Amino acid sequence: MTAATTSAAATGARPVESTARRRRAARLGVRSIVLLYLLLLLVLPVAMVFVRAFEGGIEPFLKAMARPSFQSAFWLTIQIACITIPVTTVMGVITALAIVRRRFPGRWLLNALVDLPFALSPVVIGLSLFLVYGVNSPLGGWLQSMGITVIFAMPGMVLATIFVCLPFVIREVIPVLREIGTDQEEAAYTLGASPWRTFWRVTLPAIRWGIMYGVILTTARALGEYGAVAIVSGKLSGKTETLTTHVEERYLAFDLVGAYTASIVLGLLALVVLLGMQLLQSGRLRRRGPRTSDTPGSAGSRLGTTSPAPDGAATPGGT
Amino acid sequence: MTSAVDARPDHRSGVLGSYDGRGFMGPGLAALYLGLIVLIPITALIWQSVSGGLDSFLTAVTRPQAFAAITLTFLMSLGVVLINAVMGTLIAWVLVRDDFPGKRLVNSLIDLPFALPTIVTGLTLLTLYGPRSPFGINVAYAPAAIILALLFVTLPFVVRSVQPVLLELDRDMEEAAASLGAGPGTVVRRIILPNLVPAILTGGALAFARCIGEFGSVVLISGNIPFRTEVASVYIMGQVEADQPGEAAAVSLVLLVTSLVLLVTFDLVRRRVSHHEEPA
Repeated sequence: MTAATTSAAATGARPVESTARRRRAARLGVRSIVLLYLLLLLVLPVAMVFVRAFEGGIEPFLKAMARPSFQSAFWLTIQIACITIPVTTVMGVITALAIVRRRFPGRWLLNALVDLPFALSPVVIGLSLFLVYGVNSPLGGWLQSMGITVIFAMPGMVLATIFVCLPFVIREVIPVLREIGTDQEEAAYTLGASPWRTFWRVTLPAIRWGIMYGVILTTARALGEYGAVAIVSGKLSGKTETLTTHVEERYLAFDLVGAYTASIVLGLLALVVLLGMQLLQSGRLRRRGPRTSDTPGSAGSRLGTTSPAPDGAATPGGT
Repeated sequence: MTSAVDARPDHRSGVLGSYDGRGFMGPGLAALYLGLIVLIPITALIWQSVSGGLDSFLTAVTRPQAFAAITLTFLMSLGVVLINAVMGTLIAWVLVRDDFPGKRLVNSLIDLPFALPTIVTGLTLLTLYGPRSPFGINVAYAPAAIILALLFVTLPFVVRSVQPVLLELDRDMEEAAASLGAGPGTVVRRIILPNLVPAILTGGALAFARCIGEFGSVVLISGNIPFRTEVASVYIMGQVEADQPGEAAAVSLVLLVTSLVLLVTFDLVRRRVSHHEEPA
């Protein structure tokens, strides 16, 4: 090894210099290819939507937003998100805890089912809900006779959105739960804390970054889901139309400004989500940065404090 | 310590996890949740597609229009994954090894396709590469449009899979190879690429799974011409709207099984990799 290094150094500066130059040229070449690719695929198309939407000034944009079908689509989208996010968050944390902390028959099946929504086409998800809750199915027919319409109505759209958003919180929380281990919870129990108190004071503070990241991803998907919702909603204008199906409806009606307007509203929501992701990622990195030494007994002291320290909770237990 | 453990309150029936792994309320709720939302609908889908027997399933899948849609979907997805493998690796390399002003912005841009709703993606691409394209490039209603849409939505997979591996990659190996007289090309081919292959494959598999099911970004730009630009997901949607759930379910099953096979393979690979990393 050392002999090789000295022999390479001894070969003289010339070949090294030309290699360096060639390497710089290659670096520049690859960088240009990559930036051009991203420009043509991502940046220019998105920029073009803004250009087209505001071609006629801001007036048509505002007019499109004032349209009743846009208004109802917007509020329906918000409503669906407001139901989906708490459900997937609370149930997601319970499911993650069950998968990581408990041993029970069929645990592997739960674990596998969690990933399924990621692997499935939204259309397939929509169809599967359609088959269970449609009026022609036994369950759907029975619910219909009870006065509950699921398909082509709000409940079906909420179910579809929960289905597609289900993995986010769970998949973000599981690795954190695995990482923190059970030492601190164990210590809290030993000191006489109830399970609820332990959860609020020890477990939740440790997994909250994971939950927040999962919630952000859930929000993005809940607002932007199209395929699954399109099948179960029937896309009834003014009734079961969400912002995403509104984009399609406006486009097919040759109302490009209307389609661009709804797209820009969705795009701005996506931008907020993207910024949130960035902030949380840097927050997580900062938290992981210098590891504060965490004594094994700190869980006990944390039980008494009102604001548990965010760092240290993620460091694996010392014992 | 032992006496303290004995003194702890009984918390085994709680909803929340107890560290001793007992208690069934949490698992019960989780099972109910996943059962109602995921398992029952998927079971209904599988039942619908096989309840008529193998013959009716095969008839539905080999119907010319359905078969063409499935073939097109798989071919396009394969092509897109190959492009992604090359471009994704290059992008990851630039993000890790290169340095230029605005690199952080480019890095956050990679996540844009995950944040942007798919239908907006479709409209977005249609604006630049559709009939009113300012460049005069119109791929709308052509197979190239599908490739474009799929490239957009799957961009992050390979990049985000290769990036961390490249970050962790030991520079010593490359330096050693270079000092032994290997040119930059040889270093890339013999040292860097072999280390990246598992990550490229993982990202590629995820991208492929996403591609075969992709709907929102494709539906506006592809024009959905049967036998030419109609992909499987659009065919399924069409059959549902034509009140043919049986036909739709059969093609769905093909997508479902493909996804499952990919998922299981991916999980096995992931488990093997993490097994390697963990000192036993």
